[in-house]
Amino acid sequence: MTLANSPRHEILMPVKGWFIMLSLIVALLLNLVPLTGTARTLQPDFVALVMLYWYVNEPQRVGISMAFWMGLLMDLSNASTFGQHALGYSVMAFMALVFNRRVGIFDGYKQAPQIGLVLLSGQIVTLLAALFAGSPFPGWNFFLGSIVGMLLWPLLSAILRAPQKLWSASDAR
Amino acid sequence: MIEISPRFFRHSPNLLARTAFFVILSLLLMALDSRFKYLGGVREIFSVIVYPLQKLAQVPMSMYDAASELFQHSEIAEENVHLKQQHLVDKGQLLRLRALEAENTQLRKLLNATQRIKNKATVAEILRVPHDPFNRKVLLDKGSMSGIEAGQAVVDDIGVVGQVTRNYPLASEVTLLTDRDHSVPVQVVRNGLRSIISGTGREGVLELRYMAINTDIQEGDVLVTSGIDGVYPPGLPVAVVSQIDRNPNYIFARITCMPVSGVNQNRQLLILSTPAPRAGTPAEATKMKSRQEARRQ
Repeated sequence: MTLANSPRHEILMPVKGWFIMLSLIVALLLNLVPLTGTARTLQPDFVALVMLYWYVNEPQRVGISMAFWMGLLMDLSNASTFGQHALGYSVMAFMALVFNRRVGIFDGYKQAPQIGLVLLSGQIVTLLAALFAGSPFPGWNFFLGSIVGMLLWPLLSAILRAPQKLWSASDAR
Repeated sequence: MIEISPRFFRHSPNLLARTAFFVILSLLLMALDSRFKYLGGVREIFSVIVYPLQKLAQVPMSMYDAASELFQHSEIAEENVHLKQQHLVDKGQLLRLRALEAENTQLRKLLNATQRIKNKATVAEILRVPHDPFNRKVLLDKGSMSGIEAGQAVVDDIGVVGQVTRNYPLASEVTLLTDRDHSVPVQVVRNGLRSIISGTGREGVLELRYMAINTDIQEGDVLVTSGIDGVYPPGLPVAVVSQIDRNPNYIFARITCMPVSGVNQNRQLLILSTPAPRAGTPAEATKMKSRQEARRQ
């Protein structure tokens, strides 16, 4: 793969602020869909995925505070201890910002395992915080959400990139 | 000399510092929330932001419900016949119950006992079952605007589900029986033995702690609320004893129970209004108090 082919080196219009906001709201909505049974165990954390997309692809536009605030919103809608998700998301944001140049070299499919690793470490941080607070271990399928999230990554990045491509195309004409 | 770092590297040097700031802030919030419960107001503001999203996320579910109702006419007819039969059976039992209730009030009057207060109840729908394995809670769609207060008991048609632990303007948070931090005073129906049942944090598992090995309790015993706490009205089914492990090496028996209510099956729950009044202060104590006050004056 040459550098010129990689998605990162396509010349795209800069992303619009409202689009980032909208994507995060939709992700939160997807996280809030009431699911039961197996579907619920497999439900990935869409907010984390969308945030990671922006941290990897637009590191100049989004700061760590975004992860913190989204984490607080997730804590509230999950009725969990305030700060639990905020902690996990902040750590994920840090990792994504540190690795964003490395991850950016690859295309969607090759990015997926690295994103999976970031998601997993975020979950481990959340788990440790909860264990220290005295919660029992929730079982191994706690981590299944991250694996599903990893598999969804290529699709998700294609979806999030599409509007930007459209804007660039209409601008070029 | 002025050093100008290129835009490319602009945010790198203090990234670690900023992350540390937010990590410490998160840890601080966790401590404040779990140990000191200071953050009620903040939570309320956030809940108002999240509420419309939660409602919106429910739309596909309710649309599915409406659609499936359209196709279920034959099933409904069948169910109707079945329900009519059930109704007849229930009616007979209800008549007996009324007779018993009347007799009971009569006897209580005779005994000059306090009459049991009928609890008012509000029906609420489950707004969301959180995707968080660390706590057993659900959110209901009625809040302080419908008169829901923290501390009220929540039941379904079979038994106790939990207790309202936080109320927001439009929603309320219910801690389920199975939550690690939740306990209910109960009584064994068979012999009236009183104890406290606690959640374990695992789904469908409750525990009777600190019961001696030789306690008279058997598998299959039904546990009902004893009403001593003044939160749950007495006599509501809570759990069935599923397993008893009497190991003579330990002081206490390990008694595992299964909750009777089905939180995972129901969409509607009943929030019982403010509990029955607490037992009044004994006459002696009030007399003493008034005497002391009189002396002070």
